[in-house]
Amino acid sequence: MRWYQALLRLYPRSFRAEYGDEMTAVLAAEWQAAPGPAARTRIVLEAIADALASAPAAHAELAWYDLHLAARGLRRSPGFAATAILVSALGIGATTVAFGVTDHVLFRPLPFPDAGRLVKLHQDQSFRGYSRMELSPANFLDWKSESRSFEQMAAYANQSANLIGSGEPLRLDGALATGDLFAALGIPAALGRTLTAVDDRPELARVLVLSHRLWTTQFGGSADVLGQSVLLDNEPHTIVGVMPPHFNFPTREVAFWAPLRFTPEQLADRANWYLHGVGRLKPEVSLAQARAEMNAIAARFAQAYPETNARNAASVIELRDEVTRQSRLMLWALAGAALCMLLIATTNLASLLLARALSRQRELAVRTALGAGRERLVRQMLTENLLLAGLGGLAGVVIAALGVPLVARLVPTSLPIAQAPTLDGRLLALSLAVTLATALLFGVWPALRMANATSADALRDGARAGSSRGTERLRSLLVVGELAASVVLLICAGLLIQALWRVQDVHPGFTADGVLTLRTSLPLPKYEPTPTREAFYRDVLTEVRALPGVTHAAYISFLPMVMRGGVWPVTVDGRPDDPNQPHTASLRMVTPEFFQTLGIPLIQGRDVNSGDGATSTPVCVVSQSFAERHWPGVDPLNRHVSLAFADFTVVGVVGDVKVRGLERESEPQMYFSSAQVPDSGISISFYAPKDLVVRTEVPGETLMPAIRAALARIDPEVPVSDVRPLTEVVEADTAARVVQVRVLAGFAVIALLLAGVGLHGLLAFTVTARARELGIRIALGATRGRILGLVLSRTLALTALGVTAGMVVGAWAAQALQSLLFGVTPGDGRVYGVAVAVCAAMALVGSIVPSTRAVRIDPLRAIREE
Amino acid sequence: MALAPAPESLLPLPPAMFHILCALAEDDRHGYGIIQDVTARTGGEVRLGPGTLYRSIQRMLEQDLIIEIEPPRADDERRRYYRITAFGRAVARAEAERLAQLVKLARASGLIPRKA
Repeated sequence: MRWYQALLRLYPRSFRAEYGDEMTAVLAAEWQAAPGPAARTRIVLEAIADALASAPAAHAELAWYDLHLAARGLRRSPGFAATAILVSALGIGATTVAFGVTDHVLFRPLPFPDAGRLVKLHQDQSFRGYSRMELSPANFLDWKSESRSFEQMAAYANQSANLIGSGEPLRLDGALATGDLFAALGIPAALGRTLTAVDDRPELARVLVLSHRLWTTQFGGSADVLGQSVLLDNEPHTIVGVMPPHFNFPTREVAFWAPLRFTPEQLADRANWYLHGVGRLKPEVSLAQARAEMNAIAARFAQAYPETNARNAASVIELRDEVTRQSRLMLWALAGAALCMLLIATTNLASLLLARALSRQRELAVRTALGAGRERLVRQMLTENLLLAGLGGLAGVVIAALGVPLVARLVPTSLPIAQAPTLDGRLLALSLAVTLATALLFGVWPALRMANATSADALRDGARAGSSRGTERLRSLLVVGELAASVVLLICAGLLIQALWRVQDVHPGFTADGVLTLRTSLPLPKYEPTPTREAFYRDVLTEVRALPGVTHAAYISFLPMVMRGGVWPVTVDGRPDDPNQPHTASLRMVTPEFFQTLGIPLIQGRDVNSGDGATSTPVCVVSQSFAERHWPGVDPLNRHVSLAFADFTVVGVVGDVKVRGLERESEPQMYFSSAQVPDSGISISFYAPKDLVVRTEVPGETLMPAIRAALARIDPEVPVSDVRPLTEVVEADTAARVVQVRVLAGFAVIALLLAGVGLHGLLAFTVTARARELGIRIALGATRGRILGLVLSRTLALTALGVTAGMVVGAWAAQALQSLLFGVTPGDGRVYGVAVAVCAAMALVGSIVPSTRAVRIDPLRAIREE
Repeated sequence: MALAPAPESLLPLPPAMFHILCALAEDDRHGYGIIQDVTARTGGEVRLGPGTLYRSIQRMLEQDLIIEIEPPRADDERRRYYRITAFGRAVARAEAERLAQLVKLARASGLIPRKA
């Protein structure tokens, strides 16, 4: 019957112990009664079928029973249960949020078929500091016709436009794209069709593809929209398609796609870089091969067109990699912090479980003595731990669901993905994996440990068994780990807070307080003639300035920090440009009073004024850094600066503005009067002033009704958008940092609390376990001070170990974060000092209750109780 | 001891349990005796495997449908004997009535011929 003994191993051990012999006896009786080999074969087959059917059921039944026991056990110690669930929920929730966002941004394939083959193409002008420059039309078309590495190569340009045809005029962000963009991305339209190569032909009527959001919000989600004609910047476009909801290319703000068409002049232009190139690699071509080919092509063009293409190389990167180093690092920091949290949470959990198992040692010993097998005990404890982790995991998912939107700011806008990861199967699977790992790693271990230690000794000695010393050492190690991880988090959070303060201390070059901003986008071609635009600006500014509470108002092409580009090559004083180091300036058109409105100091000369009109000499105002760079030690006034289309005389010098944001170096700025722009020659749709800035003495929003009314009187077809105080623009520049610092600081606080709880638990336990010893010491004359010293010296030893380990790891982490620190040294002594002090204070707080208890031990009672 | 639940609360009874209760209704038996009785009673239609048998026995003990008793004969002390309880009888009766009711329904709808 040996084969049947083997089959019996499928059953739970306890079941086997109870009924194994009987079952074997039954089978043996049947075996003997069987008349021949055929009947015996049948017995074997039936026995196998019987075991396969009933053994899993026996396991399930036992698990269910254990689950009931576990639930009852947890209900009996609600404090322990709540702590354990909360601790695992925090760990699992934090990890899910952090890894969810990191995965969403850095790892998950972009939402396009075979997304690994999609690449972004740039002109590499590293020699002048731009490694990822946009393409010029002529270069793009040549690259496209010469290259063999791509299935498709497409181009697009960002384009905002006014849409009329679905109610109020709307200002929308969109993209102009060559027809093969959609084929390259591999996404079909949800309704109608996408743009195709035919749409590139300039002689055909213009068509338009809508985003799903625009379709639902403005066109009621109706299928009748196909074939409908709308005005996009006053040009009729026929709607031919609607994209699916999650199509966010190139960014999630894009609301429409219209054909990108080139005029003959544009087709010849190699110096106007405004196109983004996207390609889909042929399956057999690697990224390296494509890079080699494109660089060879770029080198040929550098020779053929030295004036525009000298030293230009080609950059080919995976579309997925269009994430800045800073975003990347921020996400890694978040993931690292979450890992610390998980580590702290799980060690805390393990410590809690160990303590609980130890406190139940006597109960377990009794049950062993009554015949419960080791397997049953391990199984029961494991079930309890799994139940705890499972409940913790559920709560963790709730925390994750609440937490994901909070970190959405860390998702960069440069990727064609959703704003925040959805809590989908992948994330839930991750939570489940973390939960299981938590339960198994930190649940099995205490369970096995206790089951091994369960012996007659335990029955006799209760909580003083030798194993409690071993467990105490283990728990001490866990507490040291928790303290170390808290110190790491404190150091990183501290350094990043310092960096944030430093960034926020950077003066943007203007005074944002009390300035209201809004955008009035002028419909073209109505506003193409400069006099028409000027009349509009004059009327609007006159009305706005007349409002009570308004001190200044002006128009500018783009707000600083909102539009960071708009950089042009300039020629200074007619000096020939050095092609290796072309002079560039951040170019803006303004109306008079702009500098006063924004509080930008006028250092020398004058502002542009109403006298600077179409017929007078073109003038410009430059920023201080512009003057210092080009005319060091010389009076910059009345010097000359030339752009592609005109020569300007410098009439004023103003303070520099952080156009590119607080953390980045900005190009020198150059402003000229919007009245002196020719009707053509510079892309008016782009540079024509559209951002209205108003300095007020009253809250800006109170003026909005009056401003809207004035605008509606002057031209009801002009849409008003982006109404916000300038302070919000400045705040948005540090928003990602603020979110990151908040999350990290939150993690650090929770970690510190958990470490404190862990330390408290350990000390409380030690004091209880050693009550008799302490009682004897007191009876033998040890002073209270000495007893206190015993407990506190232990606190001190643990804290010292934890803090030291934490400082070492923290210093390493700080080095890794260096590029986020904005000049704060990774070894900043104050931060380390504060981290250590806070951690020590926490340790002290955690030891208050146990130490008072130790001091108050009544020696007589302590000795008798044992 | 806690109050016994109503017999109906355990219905419908798994077939294996019902057969075991039927086998024990007549006499106390050991495991192999139950198997033999069930096989004989059903003309070889139902053959309980040892796993199914003892899993059922384990649950029936927990539910107080049966109890374990001392072996009645000294020569047989190796074996474990089971006896039906009053509660077990009540449950078996309730299950039999439930089944009879079902058969009556099937007859009324003409699925099986009426008794002659």
